[in-house]
Amino acid sequence: MELLCPAGNLPALKTAIDNGADAVYIGMKDDTNARHFAGLNFNDGKLVKGADYVHEHGKKLHVAINTFAHPDGEERWRKAVDNAVAIGTDALIIADLGVLDYAATKYPDVERHVSVQASTTNLEAIKFFKNNFDVERVVLPRVLSVQQVRQLAKTSPVKLEVFAFGSLCIMSEGRCYLSSYMTGESPNTAGACSPAKYVRWQETDKGLESRLNNVLIDRYQSDENAGYPTLCKGRFEVDNNVYHALEEPTSLNTLELIPELVKMGIASVKIEGRQRSPAYVEQVAKTWRMALDRFAENPDAYDVEQAWMNTLSNLSEGSQTTLGAYHRKWQ
Amino acid sequence: MKFSLGPSLFFWPKNDVEAYYQQALNSKADIIYLGETVCSKRRELRAKDWINLAKELNSNSDKQIVLSTMALLESPAEIQTMRRLCGNGELLIEANDLSAVQMMYELNLPFVAGPAINCYNIATLKVLLRQGMSRWVMPVEVSGDWLKTLLQQAEEENIRDQFECEVFSWGYMPLAYSARCFTARSEDRPKDDCKYCCIKYPEGRKMNSREGERVFILNGIQTMSGYQYNLVNEVPEMVNMGVDIARISADNEKAFTMLDRFGNQLVTPEKYPLDGVEECNGYWHKIAGMSVA
Repeated sequence: MELLCPAGNLPALKTAIDNGADAVYIGMKDDTNARHFAGLNFNDGKLVKGADYVHEHGKKLHVAINTFAHPDGEERWRKAVDNAVAIGTDALIIADLGVLDYAATKYPDVERHVSVQASTTNLEAIKFFKNNFDVERVVLPRVLSVQQVRQLAKTSPVKLEVFAFGSLCIMSEGRCYLSSYMTGESPNTAGACSPAKYVRWQETDKGLESRLNNVLIDRYQSDENAGYPTLCKGRFEVDNNVYHALEEPTSLNTLELIPELVKMGIASVKIEGRQRSPAYVEQVAKTWRMALDRFAENPDAYDVEQAWMNTLSNLSEGSQTTLGAYHRKWQ
Repeated sequence: MKFSLGPSLFFWPKNDVEAYYQQALNSKADIIYLGETVCSKRRELRAKDWINLAKELNSNSDKQIVLSTMALLESPAEIQTMRRLCGNGELLIEANDLSAVQMMYELNLPFVAGPAINCYNIATLKVLLRQGMSRWVMPVEVSGDWLKTLLQQAEEENIRDQFECEVFSWGYMPLAYSARCFTARSEDRPKDDCKYCCIKYPEGRKMNSREGERVFILNGIQTMSGYQYNLVNEVPEMVNMGVDIARISADNEKAFTMLDRFGNQLVTPEKYPLDGVEECNGYWHKIAGMSVA
């Protein structure tokens, strides 16, 4: 099972490879990918350097082109595909049907993966992508239970990749417009959820307030940890009850599912976080490498070490982790 | 321009659903969509009931009746149900997931690409046309300018006559789908023990900020806009750019009033000031969806 790590820049890419990633995924410095953040991602020169570093180490490079093309700039998405192929990417991660069509027609020999942003959650949808674009792999959204993933893995005509660790998106990815409803920008159209430029922090006599485009997302007392105001992780009021109405600040962590996932034949476990620092990538890659190696050495004796959990919890939102939708009780 | 009544996105008792659609038959809607699009646990009407109801409506009126299908399908049982809907043998299908597109392609039948299908550009429209799409409902977050450019491109590429274009124009917008049920969560229950509690909230549960600002509506696994989208003032503009159908969502009985009002815009256009604490039109105007332009 491949360990696929995120890289938002060249140092993170090198760190991921040096710490045990089998493959890294990156995006370009524009709105063609779903982590279009200031100061992040790869320009043309860095792309070449990144690809070289990965390939010199015998590892794989995936390029994410996973937003939806704008009608007045479709060539930007096609150019992103051209660039990725030119630097010798091993796989293209694509969400937009038009972009997939372009890649499949122009570069039939370059592996195509269906991005999580394409919301592919069942066998018939997988068949759609296989039949139309001969894709090699589908990245599953974080909405399926372990049982559902297992069922799909048994019947899927293509390989499956699942999210293993990182910030937890609780909606079917690619089908969440909450961010554009509040700010005008969504992952689909602008490549970012709850964009930083709309975030405002304010100390008030009621507590520290976080706002997104002026909407109050949360308010913290002095003994509470304040987190980034991702709009689905704030505290809201439903019939006079104030709580995390959608989700708490928490991260996905599936170390304990490794034996299951291997048994099902999952091709790759994906670590979320292209927006994270090289230091973050280092610790997550290292921990996951250890766990995967430990399992490979002696599957029957595999047990999640508390030290791994501690390391990952410390890197998590709200310092807590969850199995998310994999665990039915979460749903 | 025609007007459609979108599928009701809420969970209503069977008698209420039947009564609502009897009313719908007497409304100004040219097209009526119906069916469960949100959650397969909502079984006041099962697949066969929806098909029967739709066929009955179809035989009692000259309106076009369309069966809408689910957006988030996770289990083989849900796929099985959808297969029955797709194979109803009579009525047009609204596909809200690519799984339904795949089925309709295999059946060699036309379909409506619903608002939950991510179609944002001409290249994607062409892919869907190849599958048999006859009507495209644009994603709710797309702006008027975006749509205008896209429809012009379709003209230039000589494919504009191959599909109708429909715009979600009034009602609470479906914005997100999750594995988690937020209505059950609001009652402190897991989804597997939801007690079908959505039925207690015929217009969803309002989720406000701690300052009392309406943010979203919780509707089972679906999150909806807190405000009702209202493009009543944009009807003339939509007509000009070649939008074929404006969709009024079946939120409640107000939808019938809105069908009248939207229809009148074709005859004697009038400006209606929007209520900023109940309504929004931001998406169309390329600003935050919840805003009023």
